[in-house]
Amino acid sequence: MTPRFEFELIASWIPQGARVLDLGCGDGELLAGLMATRGVKGYGVEIDPDRVLAAVGHGVNVIQMDLESGLSTFEDDAFDFVILSQTLQAMRRSDLILKEMMRVGREGIVTFPNFGYWRHRLAILRGRMPVSEALPYQWFDTPNIHLCTVKDFEELCIQVGVEILDERVLHEGGIVETLPNLLGSLGVFRFRRKKG
Amino acid sequence: MTEIPVGSVGEVAPQRAGFLEPLILKAGKTLASYELVYETYGTLNAARSNAVLVCHALSGNHHVAGWHADSPRKLGWWDNMVGPGKAIDTDRFFVIGLNNLGGCHGSTGPATIDRSTGQPYGASFPLVTVEDWVASQARLMDRLGIERLAVAMGGSLGGMQALQWTLDYPDRIAHAIVVAAAPKLSTQNIAFNDVARQAIVSDPDFHGGNFYAMKTFPARGLKLARMLGHITYLSEDLLGEKFGRDIKGADYGFHYEVEFEIESYLRYQGDKFAQVFDANTYLIMTKALDYFDPARETGGDFAKAVSAAKAGFLVASFTSDWRFPPERSREIVKALVKGGKNVTYAEIDAPHGHDAFLLDDVHYHRVIASYMDNVAAEVGAGARTRPLVVGGTELEEMKGYAAGGKAK
Repeated sequence: MTPRFEFELIASWIPQGARVLDLGCGDGELLAGLMATRGVKGYGVEIDPDRVLAAVGHGVNVIQMDLESGLSTFEDDAFDFVILSQTLQAMRRSDLILKEMMRVGREGIVTFPNFGYWRHRLAILRGRMPVSEALPYQWFDTPNIHLCTVKDFEELCIQVGVEILDERVLHEGGIVETLPNLLGSLGVFRFRRKKG
Repeated sequence: MTEIPVGSVGEVAPQRAGFLEPLILKAGKTLASYELVYETYGTLNAARSNAVLVCHALSGNHHVAGWHADSPRKLGWWDNMVGPGKAIDTDRFFVIGLNNLGGCHGSTGPATIDRSTGQPYGASFPLVTVEDWVASQARLMDRLGIERLAVAMGGSLGGMQALQWTLDYPDRIAHAIVVAAAPKLSTQNIAFNDVARQAIVSDPDFHGGNFYAMKTFPARGLKLARMLGHITYLSEDLLGEKFGRDIKGADYGFHYEVEFEIESYLRYQGDKFAQVFDANTYLIMTKALDYFDPARETGGDFAKAVSAAKAGFLVASFTSDWRFPPERSREIVKALVKGGKNVTYAEIDAPHGHDAFLLDDVHYHRVIASYMDNVAAEVGAGARTRPLVVGGTELEEMKGYAAGGKAK
């Protein structure tokens, strides 16, 4: 489920009638919300059968597909926005999906749990892998195989050649202004292909 | 009186519709007049907005659900999909099944008497295509007072007809459910079809297709064709699991009689089929499959071919289907997405192979049911009034179902 504040932040960036691709769309709630509030037209991509079923229930166009094998179903520049909400950290090649997002879309929006959040750092200091609201799994059963901090993601953006347009770090329904990589638990980035 | 099981439409009777307006076929020939046999389930609503056309595959027919008075144990071929409370919920939808032209279950076909000669059509029955079928189906819808279908649906060759509907009558169809289909047959598929046809035409009892007058029929050829087809409709894993290398006797018999269980099974299936199906119809149906290729009109560009469609699509495939594998369904999806069409794609994890589209699979039926709920809301057909029924068993009772898999 997409937290209310995260949804509102994403929705605020998306103009009426935009073409949207939601990667790892889950039960389709985010896309359904954008359809209802912004009149967007688009598709969700999901691999889990039960989530696909739930997305059908939300009345969104959902395509059952493995993101790891790329976005070959979608043409270059087919979308205004490509959203990757809380999925990046569960992918084998987080860098490649960013490149694919920039191929099929004009702008990208990525959200991910910030591994640099102070509680996570504290858990590590105490010698344990963090288990929190943002990262509710144990180290041995987590789907999150590529955790990163807000700073790490900034670095990745530079490496794959995307220009960050907006960068917010959220915590408990608000934007964290002070020491965001320490005090925020959810990174939200908006970016586009670097010109030239 | 037979008790009606949960989810069944009960006893049904076929109806006939005669058409005197000639049908000009893709092959250039004309059917001066023809009859279509069909069945309906549920009730057409006042707005005539809740019609669902079920298109059959190679060996199917109009008898989709329920049973006939004279054979109460023989259920329609998609009885698990269509009925009150089922995925295609006849409490809310008016469902039509028909036998396609060229068929052998009552619609005009090769065994029908050609009025111009007083003899069965036989070899002179023209080759019909998916487009021809869709045109004849549209005329049947006219007759039934249905201006616009809520849904056309089908598996395999049936799915191709549903897809064709959206291209030929974009304003007459709101949604298409295209299951285990392909944008066109692969080389290998055509090859399989031709081996099947050669088995039939090389049977001495075929008599060039005019075997009716000889009071015989090419049972051996048709049996072989079916045996071959049957292998391709099932997955290797399923065959292996079901029959393995089991043999009838205790040890090898060193002879050519039936020995392995799979031989026994295939011959039984082949014999059974040859008794009830028409060899000419088999030829016609396989050619219709081979000829299906909407992109042929657009220089091979399938996305361009489907650009005329206005319908919403549910495309589904099965992971173990090697005759019409998921990659082929993904081609359909890709073309539809390119055109900005509304499309949902489900890749069902099922072990059975191509025939999975006919079988009980809770997840598969749930996806279709959920999609149909959206259609119902859109066309004003109301909300589901009873829990989803899958394969005659109420879903509530299927607690053993594991996420993403098949029912136990």
